[in-house]
Amino acid sequence: MGKHEPADLTASAIKGGVASRQRHDSAHKHVTGTAVYIDDIVEPKGCLHAYLGLSTVTHGRLRGIDTGLAMKIPGVVAVLTADDVPGVNDISPTGRDDEPVLADRVVQFFGQPVFAVVAETRDIARRACRQVKVHYEELPAIVTYEDAGDTPKLVCDPLTLQRGDVGRALEAAPRRLSGDMRIGGQDHFYLEGHIALAIPGEDGDMLVHSSTQHPSEVQHMVAHVLGEANHSVTVDVRRMGGGFGGKETQSNQFAAIAAVAARLTGRAVKIRPDRDDDMTATGKRHDFLVGYDVGFDDEGNILGVDFTYASRCGFSADLSGPVTDRALFHCDNAYYWPAVKAVSVPLYTNTVSATAFRGFGGPQGMVGAERVIEEVAFATGLDPLEVRRKNFYGDAGRDVTPYHQTVEDNVIARIVDELEASSGYQARRAAIRADNAQGGVIRRGIALTPVKFGISFTATHFNQAGALVHVYTDGSVHLNHGGTEMGQGLYVKVAQIVAEEFQIDIDQVKITATTTGKVPNTSATAASSGSDLNGMAAQAAARTIRERLTDFASGFYEVPADQVTFLPNRVRIGNQEIPFAELVKQAYVARVQLSATGFYKTPNIHWDRDTGKGRPFYYFAYGASVSEVSVDTLTGEYRVERTDILHETGRSLNPAIDLGQIEGGFIQGMGWLTTEELWWDGKGRLRTHAPSTYKIPLASDRPRVSNVALADWAENREDTIHKSKAVGEPPFMLGMSVFHALSDAVASVADYRVCPRLDAPATPERVLMAIERLSRRARTDEA
Amino acid sequence: MSAPAIRKDIRFLLNGDTVTLHDVRPGDMLLDFLRIRRGLTGTKEGCAEGDCGACTVLVGRLGRDGNLAYESVNACIRFLASLDGCHVVTVEHLKGADGGLHPVQQALVDHHGSQCGFCTPGFVMSLYGLWMSRPDADDRVIEKALQGNLCRCTGYESIIRAGRAISDYGLPQDDPLASERETVAHALRSLADGARVEIDSADGRIVIPADVDDLARVLEAEPDATIVSGATDVGLWVTKFMRDVAPVVFIGHIEGLKGVHTHGNLLVMGAGVSYSQAHGVFAEHVPQLAALVDRIGGEQVRNMGTIGGNIANGSPIGDTPPPMIALGATVTLRKRHNRRSLPLEDFFIDYGRQDRAPGEFVESVSVPLPPRDAQFAVYKVSKRRDEDITAVLGAFLLRLDGDGRVQQIHIAFGGMAGVPKRARAVEAVLAGQPWTMATVEAALDSFEIDYQPLTDMRASAAYRMLVAKNLLKRFFLETAQAGGGSKAA
Repeated sequence: MGKHEPADLTASAIKGGVASRQRHDSAHKHVTGTAVYIDDIVEPKGCLHAYLGLSTVTHGRLRGIDTGLAMKIPGVVAVLTADDVPGVNDISPTGRDDEPVLADRVVQFFGQPVFAVVAETRDIARRACRQVKVHYEELPAIVTYEDAGDTPKLVCDPLTLQRGDVGRALEAAPRRLSGDMRIGGQDHFYLEGHIALAIPGEDGDMLVHSSTQHPSEVQHMVAHVLGEANHSVTVDVRRMGGGFGGKETQSNQFAAIAAVAARLTGRAVKIRPDRDDDMTATGKRHDFLVGYDVGFDDEGNILGVDFTYASRCGFSADLSGPVTDRALFHCDNAYYWPAVKAVSVPLYTNTVSATAFRGFGGPQGMVGAERVIEEVAFATGLDPLEVRRKNFYGDAGRDVTPYHQTVEDNVIARIVDELEASSGYQARRAAIRADNAQGGVIRRGIALTPVKFGISFTATHFNQAGALVHVYTDGSVHLNHGGTEMGQGLYVKVAQIVAEEFQIDIDQVKITATTTGKVPNTSATAASSGSDLNGMAAQAAARTIRERLTDFASGFYEVPADQVTFLPNRVRIGNQEIPFAELVKQAYVARVQLSATGFYKTPNIHWDRDTGKGRPFYYFAYGASVSEVSVDTLTGEYRVERTDILHETGRSLNPAIDLGQIEGGFIQGMGWLTTEELWWDGKGRLRTHAPSTYKIPLASDRPRVSNVALADWAENREDTIHKSKAVGEPPFMLGMSVFHALSDAVASVADYRVCPRLDAPATPERVLMAIERLSRRARTDEA
Repeated sequence: MSAPAIRKDIRFLLNGDTVTLHDVRPGDMLLDFLRIRRGLTGTKEGCAEGDCGACTVLVGRLGRDGNLAYESVNACIRFLASLDGCHVVTVEHLKGADGGLHPVQQALVDHHGSQCGFCTPGFVMSLYGLWMSRPDADDRVIEKALQGNLCRCTGYESIIRAGRAISDYGLPQDDPLASERETVAHALRSLADGARVEIDSADGRIVIPADVDDLARVLEAEPDATIVSGATDVGLWVTKFMRDVAPVVFIGHIEGLKGVHTHGNLLVMGAGVSYSQAHGVFAEHVPQLAALVDRIGGEQVRNMGTIGGNIANGSPIGDTPPPMIALGATVTLRKRHNRRSLPLEDFFIDYGRQDRAPGEFVESVSVPLPPRDAQFAVYKVSKRRDEDITAVLGAFLLRLDGDGRVQQIHIAFGGMAGVPKRARAVEAVLAGQPWTMATVEAALDSFEIDYQPLTDMRASAAYRMLVAKNLLKRFFLETAQAGGGSKAA
C-alpha cells in the first residue's frame, strides 16, 4: 500500500470492490514479517512476563502451594494463585462458575493452570515455575467413556431432537442395524499460540492486547476477574495468527492472568505459554462416541434413525452445550430422516475442557450421519453415493429437519450431480473396483460425500453486529467493526463492502484493529458469521453516511436526490461529476456528520431449545467432495491421490479468499479424520502436545491432484450481504470424502461385504487394524 | 600440535551487520536473540522444537572448498554460539530489485499464499532457500523443501502455486545474496581466525573448538561436556526441558568431521555430516538411504542434524542406525589420539546407554555398501508420511546362494525395543532356508522373541509387531523372483 495515491477519477470500476479477487489486506506485511502480532508489539517500559504452572495430576485436592523457593530467584516478582484474584475467580463463558482462572482447592485435569509466576523475563518466569511445589491429594479420575459409567455426571443439560415416532419406524423397518463409532478430537494448532499483554492505566483501567476471536468476552471476563465494571477494560486485537475456534473462549484465561498480574504489580504484563503448555492447558475439538440404530429397506431408503452423541466435554461446560447441540443439528447432514431421535450426552471428564473448533460439533454430527449411510450401503450392497442420493432432502414432505426447520434452499442434488460428472466418479469407481479385484498390496478407494451446514449462531441473540465508519475530510475512510481477523480475510471483505458502498478504491478504506472501545457488545467471530454480520453492519454505517451525502448534494446543488449517483471515486450530481473527496469536503463545511455506526441483526431466526423446535439457521451452505486414495495393506499407510470439490459460496464477496477457505478447510478436515490423533496415557495425561507428536497435514499430504471449484451459479436466496454465503466452517467437512475413501479401500480386502467401521482419526494404525479385522472376517466367511 | 589461540567472543554476520558477542550463554538460541535482543520480529516462534518452521532463517557458511552456501535452519533450536563464523539471513533482509517485495514475497502475495500470516515468513525463507538453488522446482520438489513448514490455514495449495511462480518475478542471479556473495564470503573469511572460542558466564562454559584435534583436546579437559552438533535433539533439551547443558562444546562447524569418502566397498562418513550432505552421497551409493533421508525431519532439520548425532544420542527411534546396522556398519570413537571401532549395533547398550566413555566422541561411521549380489531395503512407517518420528523402521539385507537359499540375512529395527536392534531370532529361522513366503511365514512368530515393543502416542505395541512382520513380508514380495508385488495379505 505505502504512499497514498490519488484516486482515478475516470475509472469504470473501483479497485477492490465486492466480488473482486482482492488480496488479503495484510499480505504484503505477512510476507515481509512486518505484520504485528502481539508478541511483536514493542513492550511497554518495565513490562513483566507471566508463566503458567500446570497441574501434574489428573484429579486431586490442592493441599498447598509452596512458593518460597521460587520467590527467592532473582527477577521473580510474584507468584499468583487463586487467592490473588481480586474479583471473581471464574471465566466460564456461560456463567456457570465452573471454570476458575487458577485452580482453587481442586484440580480437575492434567495440565490445569494452578499458579502463575511473574518475573522480569519470560525465561526467568518459566524456570521459576519449576521451583514452585504444589502438594496434591490425588482423587480417582474419569478419563474415558468407560470411566464415565452408566449414570454419568454431565457438564450441562443434554438436548433431544425428535421428529416422528422413531421407535415405531425402527420396529416397522424391513431391515435394521446398530453400532457405534468413536470420533477423535482435534487440536487447533493455530501457528500463533495464545498470548495476552495487559497494560494498567489510571482509575483501575486495563488495556489488554489479546489474541482472541471474542474481544467483548475477554473484556467482560477481565472486568469480572478484576472486580471492575466492563467500561474499565479495553480489549484490542489487530490480528491473530490463526484461531479456528481455539481463541473463542480459551483466550480468556491468558488475558485474565495478565490483567490480574498487571493489577497486582502496577506494571504491564505479557503471558505467552510454550506450545506444549498451550496444547496441554487449552481446549480442543470435542471427541464423540456416537451410537446409532437405523431402520431401512433393501433399496437403501432410510426409514428411521436413533442417535446418541456422547462427548467427553472435560471438566467444565465452556461451550459444550452449544457444541453438542450443533452436533445434533447436523446428525442429518444433507439427509431427510423420516423418523429421528437424537440425544446428546455432554459428559464431565477429567480432561481439558473441550471447546469451539471450526464446525463447532457439526462435523462430528455429520460424521455420525455418514457412518449410517455407509452401514446401509454395505448392508444393501449399493454404492454409498446411491444411498446418499436416495436419502437427500427433497421436496415438500421430505424437507423438514430433526429440529423442525424446513430446508428451503436445498441445492445438494445439483452440486452432487455436477461433481459426480466433473470428477468422473462412476468410471473411476468402476476402474478402482476392477483393479482391487486383482488383489495386490496397494488398494484404492473412492468416495463422494456431501455437506450441508447451518449458518447462524444457534443462540439467536449472538446474531448481531456493529460497525463504525468515519469519513475524513480528504475522502479517506476509517473502518471498524466487531469482527476479528484470524487470517480468514474478514477485514478485507468488509473493506470491499464499504468501498463498494461509497464507490471508492479499497485503498481509501483504512482497516483498523478490533477494539471494544469502538464497537461494543460484539459477538465472537465464529459460526462462519463474520462477513454476514459485520459486512451488513459496516454496509449500514456506510449507507447512512452516503445517504447524508446524497441529501446534502441534492440540497446544495439543487437537484433531485435520484440525480446524485456514486460513480467510481466520484459523484455525479445532475450533469456534473465531482470527486468523492470534494463532495466530502463540501459536506464537512456544511456541517454534515461524516461518522456513523451501523448495526445488523439476522432476521427470521428463532430457536426453542426446550421443545427442540425452531428455525435456528438463516440458511444452509452446501458443498461436496470426492476423494480417491491408495492404501498400503501391509502398513495401513495411505496417500490421497485426487480430490475434486464443488462448493457454493453464494455470490462470492471475494473468490480468491473463498477459495483459500475451501482449500484450507478441506485439508484441516482431512487432517482431523486422518493423522491428527490426540492420545491420552493411562493416567489421563495428554501425550500429543507438540508438532513432534501431533501431526497436522503437510504440503506433501495434499491430494496429488486437486480440483476445487466454486459453484458459480449459486446465490443466497436470503437477503445476505451481496447475496453471498458464509464460507468459514462448511468446507471443513469436505474432508469426510477422504475418510470414506479410506473406508472404501479397506473394504476391498473383504470384497466389500463388510462395513469397515473405521473409527476416526483413520491413522495408518486404525486402517491396518481394520484391514486385519476384515481380512480375518473374509477368511472366516470363506472357511 | 599446539593448542590454537583462544578467542572470548563469537562473531557472525546478521543480514548486513557484523555482530560480536561476549555475553553468550550456553542455552541461548538464535530465535530469542533475533526477537528479543535485536527486535527482528519477522522470525516467529511456533513450536520451539524445530517442527513448524515459523522461525526459519538462512545460515550461510564457508565450506571446505571456500564456497559460501546457504541453508534453511530452525532458529528456535539453533544455538546462538554455534553461529560463529556464519552469515544469518532473516526475512527482514529480503528485498526486490526495486526495493519492493522480493520475487518470493510477491509470488506469495499474488497467489494468495498467506492467510493468518504467522507461518508466512518461515515459508518465505524456505522457498527462498529452495529458489536460489532450484529456480525451476516442480510441485514435488517444493513439497519436499516445505516438509519442515506447517501452515494451518491455506491447505498449502496457494503456497505451492506461489512456489512454482517465483521465477516469473525474478531470477536467483539477480538476488542480493548472489550479487553480494563475494563480499559476504570475504567478510566470513576475515572472521575465520582459526581460534578456539571459550566463553564463560554464570550459566557455564561454551567451547567452540578450532578443529577436530582441538575437539579431542577440549573433551579431555571437559569430559562431561554436552557435545552439540546439529542441535536437533539437544536444542529441545534446552527449549522444552530447560536442561542445563553446560559445559557445552559445539562441533557443527568442524570440517574435519564432515568428510565423506569410499574405500572400496566401504563408505566412511564423518560424524558431522548432515543429513542433507549425506543425501547426495547416499543417492550415489545407496539410494535406499537417500529415500529414507527424504523422510527425516524437514529440510531445516536435515540441514542441521548429523549422521553422528543420530548415532550418538542413542535414540531407539533414530532413523539411520537400523539400516546401518543391517549393513554391518562400524562406528569409530576417539579420545585424545586414541581411536577404537566397534560394530554399530554394539554401541547401543540399552535404552539411554551407549558405549561411549567420558571424553570420547563419535568421529566417524563406516558403512559397508550393499554387495552387488545382495538385496537391501529400508522401510519407515510413521503416522504422517513426512516429517514424523518413526513408529517402526525396518532394514533388511539379504543374500541368496545359488539355490535360492538364504545365505545371509540381517534384519534391524527401530521403534521395536529400547535400542535399534537386530532381529536375531528371525534371522536364525530364515538362515539357510529357501527364500519363499512359506519360510517368511514360518519366521514371523520369532519377531515376538526378538521384540517386545511399547505402546505410546505413536503406535500401539500390537501395531508395531504386526507392521514389523508385514515389513518382512514386503521385503520378500519385493525381492522374490516371481510374483513380486502381487497378492500379499
